[in-house]
Amino acid sequence: MASVQLNNVVKKYGALEVVHGINLDVAHNEFVVLVGPSGCGKSTTLRMIAGLEEISGGEISIGEQVVNDLPPRDRNISMVFQNYALYPHMTVRENLGFSLKIAGKEQAEIDRAVNEASTILALEDYMDRRPGALSGGQRQRVAMGRAIVRHPDVFLFDEPLSNLDAKLRAQMRVEIKKLHQKIKTTIIYVTHDQVEAMTLADRIVIMRDGFIEQQGTPSEVFEHPVNTFVATFIGSPPMNLLQGKVIADNQLAFAEGFTLPVPQEFVGAVKAGQDIVLGFRADNLMPENHALDLDEASPPIKMPIVVSEPLGTETLLYTRLAGGEIQAKMLKPRPVVDGEVLTFHLDLARCHLFDADTQKSLR
Amino acid sequence: MRRKKIPTWFVLIFPALVILAAVVLVPLLFSLYSSFTPYKLTRPDTLFKWIGTFNYQKAINSAVFWAAFGRTVLLLTIALNLEMLLGLGLALLVSRVTRGQRALRTLMMFPMMFSPILVGFQFKFIFNDNVGLVNNALQSLGLTNEAIPWLVDKNLAMFSIIFAEMWSSTSVFAILILAGLFAIPQDPLEAAKVDGCTPWQTFRHITLPFLMPFIYIALAIRSLDVARAYDIVQIMTNGGPARRTELLWTLIGRTGYVDAKMGYANAMGYISIVMAIFFTIFFFRKLNAARSELGMAG
Ligand SMILES: Nc1ncnc2c1ncn2[C@@H]1O[C@H](COP(=O)(O)OP(=O)(O)OP(=O)(O)O)[C@@H](O)[C@H]1O
Ligand SMILES: [Mg+2]
Repeated sequence: MASVQLNNVVKKYGALEVVHGINLDVAHNEFVVLVGPSGCGKSTTLRMIAGLEEISGGEISIGEQVVNDLPPRDRNISMVFQNYALYPHMTVRENLGFSLKIAGKEQAEIDRAVNEASTILALEDYMDRRPGALSGGQRQRVAMGRAIVRHPDVFLFDEPLSNLDAKLRAQMRVEIKKLHQKIKTTIIYVTHDQVEAMTLADRIVIMRDGFIEQQGTPSEVFEHPVNTFVATFIGSPPMNLLQGKVIADNQLAFAEGFTLPVPQEFVGAVKAGQDIVLGFRADNLMPENHALDLDEASPPIKMPIVVSEPLGTETLLYTRLAGGEIQAKMLKPRPVVDGEVLTFHLDLARCHLFDADTQKSLR
Repeated sequence: MRRKKIPTWFVLIFPALVILAAVVLVPLLFSLYSSFTPYKLTRPDTLFKWIGTFNYQKAINSAVFWAAFGRTVLLLTIALNLEMLLGLGLALLVSRVTRGQRALRTLMMFPMMFSPILVGFQFKFIFNDNVGLVNNALQSLGLTNEAIPWLVDKNLAMFSIIFAEMWSSTSVFAILILAGLFAIPQDPLEAAKVDGCTPWQTFRHITLPFLMPFIYIALAIRSLDVARAYDIVQIMTNGGPARRTELLWTLIGRTGYVDAKMGYANAMGYISIVMAIFFTIFFFRKLNAARSELGMAG
């Protein structure tokens, strides 16, 4: 039962500042996901909230109480560590019950909580094993179980699925989502996998180099990225970017003589002579007869296929346009030969324009 | 006629066998044999008189022998436990030091660099009842007027010996436990903090189990060390006065070299070795149990 606030939180290691005054408000019961490339300060931020890392400036509060100087044990948080951090000398049962035992709970109560957690996470068959005798996925679940037996105010997850194979990861993703629905609690979840971020989050916080670049619901950050970094980081495959210039008559000019009309949305927002970056997703560039309805279709674009990647329900096409390699999607796929030239339409209503200098959205 | 070829493997290990036989096997067999004779160093012909288990029976029925045996076990128990606790404390303190830790670690090993004989002389002087440092200090501070008989009184002499042993060897524990502290993974410690542990609980439930293998290794090494304790005691009290600090090996040494009863001394030696073997097996069992608990066995 707690919200979490970060006010201008700074982290320095000696002279090196790695988190530069970030502000974050996590509401009670909210599922917030921190994403960002490796080394951007996600773990550091999480560890500061947990109290494992001292903060060099600013203020952290949990449930209205400033916790800057509280040790981890007084913050009523649970943390699932990137590499599980199970107690190797304890059985699964002891691992799960450890925090309750430390808190001086009755054995009967510990047993009940441990059994409940083991049922939720399907751990019953391994209760008397030590972590060394478990698979990665099983250890993962023990780490999760250890966090939930305590009924903490806040859950902190640090890339809990990064060591699992793709299938198990997808499965555990669903489990975590169910878990959040079942035990309503505030969750702050760190990952660098944007699929996890999109599927799990109530709100995504995108970090880069110790700054928060953008925060919002998954659809907000997907549909309205504030800059090219967010645009290329969120979504798979990453958004296509083309360097260009605004010319007269609301036209955009790109390399190799390629032109496009300025999308309706941006008419008036740009002026002739301005350097811009055009961004669009593969989903919005589709070959004729293999496309969904377009809201604002561009003139036909002829492009050669460099490589095609059939994914079953759709085919990802790597093509060349205006001197760059870009990706398009073929829905209702048919076999494609490399080198084949197809006619494409771009949905201008789904395009983004960024300022070439600041890389910020011109919306 | 074909000459038999010596197998290669035998040729290869032959030099090693010769050396082993010369330095280990022959002396071992010789001493074992002599323990069944009334061998006296001063009368070599006694070596050829077989008297069966007479020496062993004599040792087993000897109150002096068992007193020394018991005293050795007592010394071992007290010294090892105290050294372990002290070493643990030292290691924990040193591991907390952020500046000059290397220098401190080196300093900590100083006592190990001195020959036990010198340590014995040093403490013989320190605890001397007339000119010793301890009595001098106590008297100057006005705490006592008497000359406390540190090396004469039965209990005080034992205390002084244990003190000297600890001074010279606590660092064995400290160094090994410090190595253990450095080897502890950080994650479980952090997990314990988040799980609500106080620093003491973290130590008790996480740190200590990780240190146990290191502690058992130190105990195994030191138990062998103390079980053959000779030099420090020999110098400080010479097992006396009146055998009040007689340990197994001072007794055996005296019997063999002063009384020249080598056969009898060897018999006592063989009985004592049983004790050393017992402690070694005991601590290695403990070590393996602690290791398998941490999932390190195999
Ligand atoms: N103890 C430390 N001393 C100095 N710099 C550190 C320390 N710990 C982390 N850093 C730096 O802080 C930055 C942020 O690290 P952090 O672990 O938070 O990254 P991350 O976003 O979690 O990355 P990843 O996705 O790889 O886990 C990195 O540039 C890292 O080099
Ligand atoms: Mg990290």
